[in-house]
Amino acid sequence: MIEAHGLTKNYGKKRAVDDLSFAVRPGVVTGFLGPNGSGKSTTMRLILGLDAPNAGDVTVNGKHFREHPAPLHEVGALLEARSVHTGRSAYNHLLALAQTHGIRRRRVDELVEFVGLSEVARKRAGQFSLGMGQRLGIASALLGDPGILLLDEPANGLDPEGIHWIRNLLRDLAQEGRTVFVSSHLMSEMALMADHLIVIGRGRLVADTSVEAFVHGASKKLVRVRTPQATELRELLLGPEVTVTGGERGLLEIAGLSAEQVGTTAAAHGVVLHELTPINASLEEAFMELTRDAVEFQAETTLQELEEEEVVA
Amino acid sequence: MSASTVHAVTRVTQRRVFVSEWTKLRSVRSTRYALLAAVVLTIALAAIFSGVIVTHWLHMRPQEKAGFNPLEASLVGLNFAQLALGVLGVLVISAEYSTGMIRASFSAVPKRLPVLWAKAGVFATVTLVLMVPSALVAFFVSQSILSGQHIQIAFSHAGVARAVIGASLYLTVLSVFALGLGAIVRNTAGGIAALAGILFVLPGIMHVLPQSWNDAISPYLPSNAGQQIMSIVREPNTLAPWTGFAVFCGYTVVVMAIAAVLLVRRDT
Repeated sequence: MIEAHGLTKNYGKKRAVDDLSFAVRPGVVTGFLGPNGSGKSTTMRLILGLDAPNAGDVTVNGKHFREHPAPLHEVGALLEARSVHTGRSAYNHLLALAQTHGIRRRRVDELVEFVGLSEVARKRAGQFSLGMGQRLGIASALLGDPGILLLDEPANGLDPEGIHWIRNLLRDLAQEGRTVFVSSHLMSEMALMADHLIVIGRGRLVADTSVEAFVHGASKKLVRVRTPQATELRELLLGPEVTVTGGERGLLEIAGLSAEQVGTTAAAHGVVLHELTPINASLEEAFMELTRDAVEFQAETTLQELEEEEVVA
Repeated sequence: MSASTVHAVTRVTQRRVFVSEWTKLRSVRSTRYALLAAVVLTIALAAIFSGVIVTHWLHMRPQEKAGFNPLEASLVGLNFAQLALGVLGVLVISAEYSTGMIRASFSAVPKRLPVLWAKAGVFATVTLVLMVPSALVAFFVSQSILSGQHIQIAFSHAGVARAVIGASLYLTVLSVFALGLGAIVRNTAGGIAALAGILFVLPGIMHVLPQSWNDAISPYLPSNAGQQIMSIVREPNTLAPWTGFAVFCGYTVVVMAIAAVLLVRRDT
C-alpha cells in the first residue's frame, strides 16, 4: 500500500508535483500514466525518499520508506534513469545490494537466471543494451522479495518478447497479493498491463479510476458521414444530445448517435449518403484529450513563429 | 517467482553495509589500478631515488651531502601515492553519482549515513592494510641500497619508525579526507580539483602573502600539517609531528561532518 497526501515538489521555480494525493492498493497492477515531464519519475523518487517533498507526505505500508528496517523487503524499485555503476558486473551489482540486507548469494544466482542474464552476468553493466539494463533493474527490484514494486517505464528498451514477459510478470506479482505500481507515458501499454490507473498531468492528479471505467468514459464514439446534402442532414440530426461538426466538402462528424440511427434518419428523408462510418476514438486519443491541458511541451510552435524567433535571434 | 531463497526477513545493519561496500570497492577496475599504482610508486620510486643517490654520491658536493636526508629518499614515492589514493577516494563516491548507482544504494539503505560510514571505513582499512607494508618495504629496500655508500638510516633511529608508520597513517586519513570531498562535491572532476587545490596548490601559493601571514597560516594547511608525521627534521614554522597529524585529522572530521549533513539533506 502506497499512500500520498498533498504531495508537492518544486525544483527551483518549477513545480514538478502539485498537491498529489492517491493510494496504490495491493493485489492489482496500478498504472501511473502521464505525458513525459508530468512528474511520474519525481513522484517515484519521493516515494523512495530520494527526494524530499516541499509539502505533503507519502508512506509505504504506513511508514516513511526510510523508517523500514528492511527497505528492500518493503519496496523493490526500477527507476527510469539507470542506477547501476557502469564499471561493475551485473552479478556484483546485485550482490552488493543483497549484502546490505544479508540476502544470500543463492538469491542473486536465482534472480540472474530468472531475468535471463546468466550469460552476461559477469560482464560490466556499462556494456549492456537498454533491454539488458532493464532486466538487471528488475532483478534488483525483486532481490528482497518486496511487497511493493515500483517500476518506472519498465517496458522501455525491451523487445516485444521482453514486453510480453514483463506484462505477465507484473500480473503474477499482483496476483500474489503484492502492490504493483508501474509508470508509462503510453496509454496503449497501460491498457494491456494495468487494472487500475492513476493519471497525472503537470504534476496534478487527472484521474484515479479503473482501466475499464477510463476506457469506457474516455472513448467517445463518432459517426462520419459524407453526403452532398450536408446542410440538410445537419438540420435533421441536431438534437440536445447530438453534436455535428464539419461540413466542408460534404463531410460531417456526428457525436451522440449510432451509425444505424444516422442511416435510418437519412433514408427516411431521402438524403443521399456516400459514406457512413462508425469511428471509435482510440485509447491513445482519449488519453491525449484528457491530458491536453496538462501537457507541458506541446508542439504548437508554427512555422511563422519559428521564423519570427529567427528574426529576433 | 518463488520467494524460496529469501527465508527470514533480514534487516539493514552497519556491518552488512560494510560488507556491501567492500564488494563495491573490489569489483571495479579503477580500485585495482589506483591501489596498484599507490603500492608500486611507493616502493619503486624509493628504490630508484636511492639508487640515483648512491651512484652519484661520490660526485656530490659537500653541502649537498650535508643536506641529504636518507628518510626522505625512502618516503618520496608517498607523494605520488597520495595522488592515486586521493583520486580513488573521490571516485569511490563521485562515481556513484555520475553513474546513478547512488539511487540504488540509497534505495537499499535509505538512511544513507551507513553508506558514508561504510565507504570511509572500508577504504581507510584497505589503504592502511596496503600502505603500512608498502611503506616498510620502501624503507628497507631503499636503506639497503643507500647502505652501499653507508649513508643509510636505521629503523631504530629516533623518530624513524614513527615517520614510516606515520606516512601510512597520513595516507589513510587522506583517503577519508578525499572521500569526504567527493561526497560534498558529488562530481569526479570537481572533487579531484578540490582535492588537488587544497593539498597541492594551496601550500605553493602561500608565499604570495606577506611573510608574517604565510608563517602564521602555512603550518595549519591540511597537507603541511598532516605531513609533519613523515618527517624527522623539524623545520621552522611547522607543527610538531603528532600535533600536525591531529590538525589534519581535525580537518578530515570537519569534511566528513559536512558531507554527512549534506548527504542526509540533499535530494539525490
